[in-house]
Amino acid sequence: MSPAPGIVAIVLVTVATLAIGTWGLRFSRTTSDFFVASRSVNPRLNASAIGGEYLSAASFLGVAGLVLTFGADMLWYPIGWTAGYLVLLVLVAAPLRRSGAYTLPDFAEARLGSRGVRAVCSVLVVAIGWLYLLPQFQGAGLTLRSAVGAPVWVGPVIVGLVVLVNVTSGGMRSITFVQAFQYWLKLTALLLPLMVLLVVWAGDGTPPAAREVAGWSVPLADGGGQGLYLTYSLIVATFLGTMGLPHVVVRFYTNPDGRAARRTTLVVLALLGVFYLLPPAYGALGRVYAPELAASGRSDVLVLELPRLVVPGPLGEVLTGLVTAGAFAAFLSTSSGLAIAVSGVLTQDVTQRRLRGITAFRVAAVVAVLVPVLVALAVPNVGVARAVGLAFAVAASTFCPLLLLGIWWSRLTAVGAVAGLVAGGVGSGAAVAWTLAPASASGWVGVLLEQPAAWSVPLAFATMVGVSLLTPGRIPPHTRRLMVRLHTPEAVELDRG
Amino acid sequence: MTERVRVTGPPRRRTADATARSSRARDIDTDTRLGEIYLGSLLRAQLGLAARVLGVLAVTVGSWPLVFHVWPDLAAVEVAGVPVAWLVLGVLVYPLLVGLGWWYVRRAERNERAFVDLMDTRP
Repeated sequence: MSPAPGIVAIVLVTVATLAIGTWGLRFSRTTSDFFVASRSVNPRLNASAIGGEYLSAASFLGVAGLVLTFGADMLWYPIGWTAGYLVLLVLVAAPLRRSGAYTLPDFAEARLGSRGVRAVCSVLVVAIGWLYLLPQFQGAGLTLRSAVGAPVWVGPVIVGLVVLVNVTSGGMRSITFVQAFQYWLKLTALLLPLMVLLVVWAGDGTPPAAREVAGWSVPLADGGGQGLYLTYSLIVATFLGTMGLPHVVVRFYTNPDGRAARRTTLVVLALLGVFYLLPPAYGALGRVYAPELAASGRSDVLVLELPRLVVPGPLGEVLTGLVTAGAFAAFLSTSSGLAIAVSGVLTQDVTQRRLRGITAFRVAAVVAVLVPVLVALAVPNVGVARAVGLAFAVAASTFCPLLLLGIWWSRLTAVGAVAGLVAGGVGSGAAVAWTLAPASASGWVGVLLEQPAAWSVPLAFATMVGVSLLTPGRIPPHTRRLMVRLHTPEAVELDRG
Repeated sequence: MTERVRVTGPPRRRTADATARSSRARDIDTDTRLGEIYLGSLLRAQLGLAARVLGVLAVTVGSWPLVFHVWPDLAAVEVAGVPVAWLVLGVLVYPLLVGLGWWYVRRAERNERAFVDLMDTRP
């Protein structure tokens, strides 16, 4: 195997990313540009940017690998990651935009008028952001090793540097153009090689997938009742977790109004739906042409290696370069979005106390990127899809109840919100720690800890509602004004507090 | 000699439309019982719509794991050489999600237009 196509692809993506970022820089001049692109991004561009940012290494590499190894029950990951946007659309999109806040902690403070809730939210945003960044950086290391034979530390360092340069120089506005470009790059990088692969497959007389693995076409995890629990818990985590991811939420503030936020989300749904048709096809073709990858535990590199295995010669090399470019774009875009979200929160709650404006943001960005890069270099690989799945579970157990009750239930109190956030965060967080620990439990206890969402989400909701009902005197006095702001169309002149 | 006093009528709005509009908006701004009803009806309409969309999602997508758990033989059924689970979970689910989203956006915007009209028309 020659490293040339991989190196060319990575250099091109890096140069294109930095060039578009610098071009976007011409438009960002104010602190507001840095945080939310001054809220002037049109729905189609914004939707491409959201899609580009959201489709991480877990989507680009992880899904195909999981499908190759485990079969149809892994199709729930892409379904959940898409359906999460439908849930977000119908319950959160427009009100969240109309709340007029920059970040999740901003929303919490505006809704509940409490610095305490804000502090808890800030800690959670940083924790979820870092939990999500870690596998991105580690995946970058694995990809570069597979594509060009680089040492495993090179990936995190390169991705970290490019993200840092882009984020600190242009902020959200330049990132919007970069992310939009990267959605279309990722789609092309999977679609073109897949079309060639399908032509070859048809030419071979459409050989069937090797289905000797038991249950490969059963869309349920193994183990009867436990499998059913795991599948439903994954559904809860992904359907409800999407709205609580820091890099997803921050994107809603870049829409001009609530109606545009809804339309943007609908376009995102369509873009994700188109993209997620592709990775499972790689998984299925992998069953035909490369079942040995699953056996040897290297299924995460299936997308990178399949073109070369199926199409020998120069065409195979070009296609390999293309998928490598797509994978690299996936790391860059998701890490950039997370870095923006985490540094936004760090700026407002930490660095802005000492520094001013854009300097405060830049210092925060360095911290936001440096910490997960160092952790990625220090700890062993935790598995891309697994760590991302845990981040979804934590988000679903904390920010999902806060957003849903904050938007739709006027009796929520700050005390109730903090209690629910702590209950959901500690519950799902303990499960995360337990799952990542070397000695894990087995049986039903192990199953409940492996996928905590199905019990930790109801726990968080019950705590938030229960404690709020016990503290009726603490309902914020401005709640009515805020409900008017969240739900009424901007066209009507009203007192919105 | 008495001082001249300018006699004027009660202040008038330019158009009846403006009066009506501001009166209903004022009901909301001043938290009257009527304002509460106006806002409540918008919230109930939007939440009911969301519940309907999520209900369809739960009945369709949400029931599939249970269906395959109860009838495991379904996994072996093939349509045109493709296992039915792959066809449904890998392809058909996405048009369903986008279709639900599209339907929701249309209805949600209609609810909001009705609210704007309510604020605009005479009581």
